[in-house]
Amino acid sequence: MAVVFKQTEGLTEKQTHYCPGCTHGIIHRLVGEVLEELGVLGNTIGVAPVGCSVLAYDYFNCDMHEAAHGRAPAVATGIKRVSPDKVVFTYQGDGDLASIGAAEIVHAAARGEKITTVFVNNAIYGMTGGQMAPTTLPGQKATTAPYGRDVSHAGMPIRVSEMLATLDGAVFVERVAVNNPVNIRKAKKAIKRAFEIQIEGKGFGIVEVLSTCPTNWGLHPVDSLKWLEENMMPYYPLGNFKNVEEAK
Amino acid sequence: MAKVLMKGNEALGKAAMEAGCKYFFGYPITPQNELPEYMAKELGKIGGAFVQAESEVAAINMVYGAAGCGVRVMTSSSSPGIALKQEGITYIAGAELPAVIVNIMRGGPGLGGIQPSQADYFMSTRGGGNGDYRTPVYAPATIQEAVDMVMEAFEVADFYRTPVMVVADGMIGQMMEPVEFKAPKKRDLAEKTWATTGTKGQRKPNIINSLFLDPQQLEDHCFRLDAKYKAIEENEVDFEMYRTEDAELVFVAYGTTSRIVKNTIESLREEGIKAGLIRPKTLWPFPFKAFNEIPNAKNLLVVEMSTGQMIDDVKIANEGKLPVHFYGRTGGMIPNPDDIAAKAKEVLGGAR
Repeated sequence: MAVVFKQTEGLTEKQTHYCPGCTHGIIHRLVGEVLEELGVLGNTIGVAPVGCSVLAYDYFNCDMHEAAHGRAPAVATGIKRVSPDKVVFTYQGDGDLASIGAAEIVHAAARGEKITTVFVNNAIYGMTGGQMAPTTLPGQKATTAPYGRDVSHAGMPIRVSEMLATLDGAVFVERVAVNNPVNIRKAKKAIKRAFEIQIEGKGFGIVEVLSTCPTNWGLHPVDSLKWLEENMMPYYPLGNFKNVEEAK
Repeated sequence: MAKVLMKGNEALGKAAMEAGCKYFFGYPITPQNELPEYMAKELGKIGGAFVQAESEVAAINMVYGAAGCGVRVMTSSSSPGIALKQEGITYIAGAELPAVIVNIMRGGPGLGGIQPSQADYFMSTRGGGNGDYRTPVYAPATIQEAVDMVMEAFEVADFYRTPVMVVADGMIGQMMEPVEFKAPKKRDLAEKTWATTGTKGQRKPNIINSLFLDPQQLEDHCFRLDAKYKAIEENEVDFEMYRTEDAELVFVAYGTTSRIVKNTIESLREEGIKAGLIRPKTLWPFPFKAFNEIPNAKNLLVVEMSTGQMIDDVKIANEGKLPVHFYGRTGGMIPNPDDIAAKAKEVLGGAR
């Protein structure tokens, strides 16, 4: 009997703690599949963030570090500089990467650290219960923006991919989404390329993944996907912002 | 190996390299800049790596990453920068990783000043970061001792899987003295089977982590750490007893302050005052037992380049037995032997 689907070797048997309808699970699987397909699982060291994916170190089937909030790119820098032959990645959410860890991600990219970052943007702080993130959209309600994000006080949300693409050290920057099967396939392709760039020693690669948070958005999982399409995608357009081959 | 004349900050860097440290992550701050500058020049030559991080916070987290891979790694800074590093230090302690952190202390609080100080005693010995942890703290009085202590610090860090601090004031960092590099006593170090070096498909993943969501697991972890700290208290305390056998006035001082106090002791003894010194070489573990070895002491006089921080430990050690006095200069002001002597005579009831 032909095997049409199997669990990836890139993830452990451990059951994840994610909420129903959350897309972290899909993104985990994509990363796991990529690491398996590239044949680098036994040579990879990952860094988990603080946020909903804080326990990612239990899910990825490779050596892992748990970093302090926002510091994953610094931790990954330390790992990569002492183990240049290893594949090193960070998996971070938007509060972690774009708020408290803004300095660390910018400078890791600026230095051209040969690491890969998977950046999950769901426009909210999930784990702490729905506070406003640097990526929360104008007018979007959050527990610390109960009347919706007021841009006159909170400013406009940060477009991380566009910002990092301005840095020479960042050689691969792409924004993807996991809202439907077509986009999931595109997301996997981008994640794979971001790892290949690292393995080829070309520099820093990041894939920003638009993701849903039905629990803190207060929406049904299916409605969440629709909300992502109608609200996030116009502000955070999908696409490649930097590709080393095209940069030649 | 012949003695060489070296500036303290550079000697600290060379000592680390002699101890097998090939990796350094730092951020500029006065008065310790010669140390990272030395590492920037030298580490590339031996196949190591130097990274100037974007902040002290990033630097210590780079150390956390590197230490988790099983290599010997160091960072250095000065007081306000060490305050920023506390986040990473508590993670390193919690995840039980070996690392060495050098603090060339300057005056505080806040931005303070850039002149020598000992005002980081609390930050060094009382955790600094969050949670139930301790860090061994070495306090050198000479550049030779700073070199020896850095090399020993790497052994202690590996042996106990813990961050170790070496705290010196700006004088140690900036002055030059002849030093030699002697290998410390080798310890029986376990293989770092916990390090993240890639599973190679041959073992379960190693995870470097300080998170324990189950309170019972976290309590077990903290008690395990505490047992380690008790072993360090038992085995690693280090101090010097200077002319204490007959001393009626016993000074307590560490680092360069202790060198000044020794001058005071000489002049006091010329005047017939029996003075001696307890000099902690480890600030944690603190040499409590030294205070049981001063049978003739009638007064204790603590001298610090601060408004009085170590004095708290001296009071704990003293257990209420003797009067505890204090003389301190701070903000980068250096105590001079005559002023310390004057305070000593005041303690003893005026000039004889």
